[in-house]
Amino acid sequence: MFRRAPDRIRDQVTFTFDGIPITASAGDSVAAALLAAGIRACRTTPVSGAPRGPYCMMGVCFECLVRIDGVGNRQGCLVPVREGMTVETQKGPHVLSAELVP
Amino acid sequence: MTSTTGGKAAHTVKDLADAYDVIVIGAGPAGLSAATTVSTLGARTLLVDENQTPGGQIYRSVLLAQTADRERLGEDYWKGREIAETFLRAGAQYAPATTAWSIGPANDEGGQFIGHEVGVSAGGAARLIRARQVVLATGALERPFPIPGWTLPGVMTAGAAQIALKTSGLIPEGRVVIAGTGPLLYLLAAQLIEAGATVTAVLDTTPKSNWLKALRHMPAFLTSPYGSKGLRLLRTVQRRTKVVRWISGLSAEGQGELKEVVWTAGGQEHRTPADLLLLHQGVVPNVNFSNAAGCYHVWDETQLAFRPQVDEWYETSFPGIAIAGDGAGIRGAEAAALQGKLAGVGCAARLGLIGGEDRNRHASSLKVQLTKVTRGREFLDALYRPSKAFRVPQNPETIVCRCEEISAAQIRASVSAGAIGPNQMKVFLRSGMGPCQGRLCGLTVAELIAGERGVSPDKVGYYRLRFPIKPLRLRELASLPQSDAAKVAVLADLADTHHSKAN
Repeated sequence: MFRRAPDRIRDQVTFTFDGIPITASAGDSVAAALLAAGIRACRTTPVSGAPRGPYCMMGVCFECLVRIDGVGNRQGCLVPVREGMTVETQKGPHVLSAELVP
Repeated sequence: MTSTTGGKAAHTVKDLADAYDVIVIGAGPAGLSAATTVSTLGARTLLVDENQTPGGQIYRSVLLAQTADRERLGEDYWKGREIAETFLRAGAQYAPATTAWSIGPANDEGGQFIGHEVGVSAGGAARLIRARQVVLATGALERPFPIPGWTLPGVMTAGAAQIALKTSGLIPEGRVVIAGTGPLLYLLAAQLIEAGATVTAVLDTTPKSNWLKALRHMPAFLTSPYGSKGLRLLRTVQRRTKVVRWISGLSAEGQGELKEVVWTAGGQEHRTPADLLLLHQGVVPNVNFSNAAGCYHVWDETQLAFRPQVDEWYETSFPGIAIAGDGAGIRGAEAAALQGKLAGVGCAARLGLIGGEDRNRHASSLKVQLTKVTRGREFLDALYRPSKAFRVPQNPETIVCRCEEISAAQIRASVSAGAIGPNQMKVFLRSGMGPCQGRLCGLTVAELIAGERGVSPDKVGYYRLRFPIKPLRLRELASLPQSDAAKVAVLADLADTHHSKAN
């Protein structure tokens, strides 16, 4: 779906999406890294369960919502990818969970 | 990253002061120029921006760009470097990767207004920061393009592809179809072709009748800088890909993802397999912040969008809140930079840093330049006015609200059921109440309801938006100072969102 211009290949960053290791380029947003890896859909909707993927890439459409390191409803296009990150498909609505505040 | 974020970059909200003279929101050409101008004139200035590096969307990642990016994206993009570099040298504090989500009045213990309080978040922590003047430079977003199948993975906006190209050097691969209208459509097509993408077709939805209406503005356009640039782009695209004009119907098809693009031209239906469909029909002011702040907005019939009403210093109906750049009406990047400077000069005068004479002296040459760079805009507005068929879905099943999956038929039915405007409708349907907060459906809904009622969108209005305008974690909200009146206001607004008042 997308390939990277050779001149824009930077330091490699490895993260996982639904358990699958993906190599991105430093500076990529999570959404850009997924597109570069050929992944189109990153969430299912709360209403019908339909698959959705990044649409605007500028933080306004909320279609690229994913779970990042266990935290749901993150905007993939606004979060830079980091080494070792765990990214997961956001399935339906984000489920509220009690957290221990340090 | 220090070289791109400047010496005074804040890394967390803890690095920020409690109060500034001016807070600027948005680091596109308007925001960067406003912050540069007002801090150079002596104001303690903070610029807050959601992205990692300055530039906004038009100059996205421009400080990270290399020679190859310059060749792919062109000289107009490259111009953003100077604006961003000048800002980084100007001495304003810069908070990248920081989201601004509210603005409200701050009062002292006696109830006296002492400034505006802006809610900001970064790295999972939130704070309320005070400022005497606020400049919203929140720019534009792409006009909703509600066609059947526009929610399928594989359908994106043209702007999204351009951002992927600017930020990560991503070039679409496979069968790419670009559809819609507006100057960006051809610019993107040219940039993608230049970058080596295979563009199967450009489907131009510009209605034939627009050419007649645009004709009288043609001389001003042809003698403007837009003219030669525009013609060159058109020639490049036409030479290197198939351009299909007078598209009257468009849809994306596929189960679970895009497989085919279907279009109607000259009464004939055509289809082509596609891996990526990029949609674009112009940009509109991003009014979420100004609307929630309570600034007065007007319906702009030429640009078919709501925009905040501003004076010659870009100050809104709300004293001390200015809006510069495309957020105040679409005029383009060069105009945005000049408007940012004018807004900065206006702020400096209101802060008492310069007198009225100085202000006017600063402004006079800026205003001359502004007239010059907006020459030709009438032609673009007339020619690229998107046709009604693509603004107001004719197919009853077309999804209008992507978040809540509400169709055009449901919205039309809500009007029959008594909804007189978007705010009554959302009580019936929740349209506009998902995470995007109406950004991707607001204009469609306003025009749909107006159409059903046979009145102007001006009469039905827009969603009444509430803070926070970006989702905030409860932990962030809970971490704000307990005694703060603004926190109560935020909570009241949150509660209100679920009760949704009439207009």
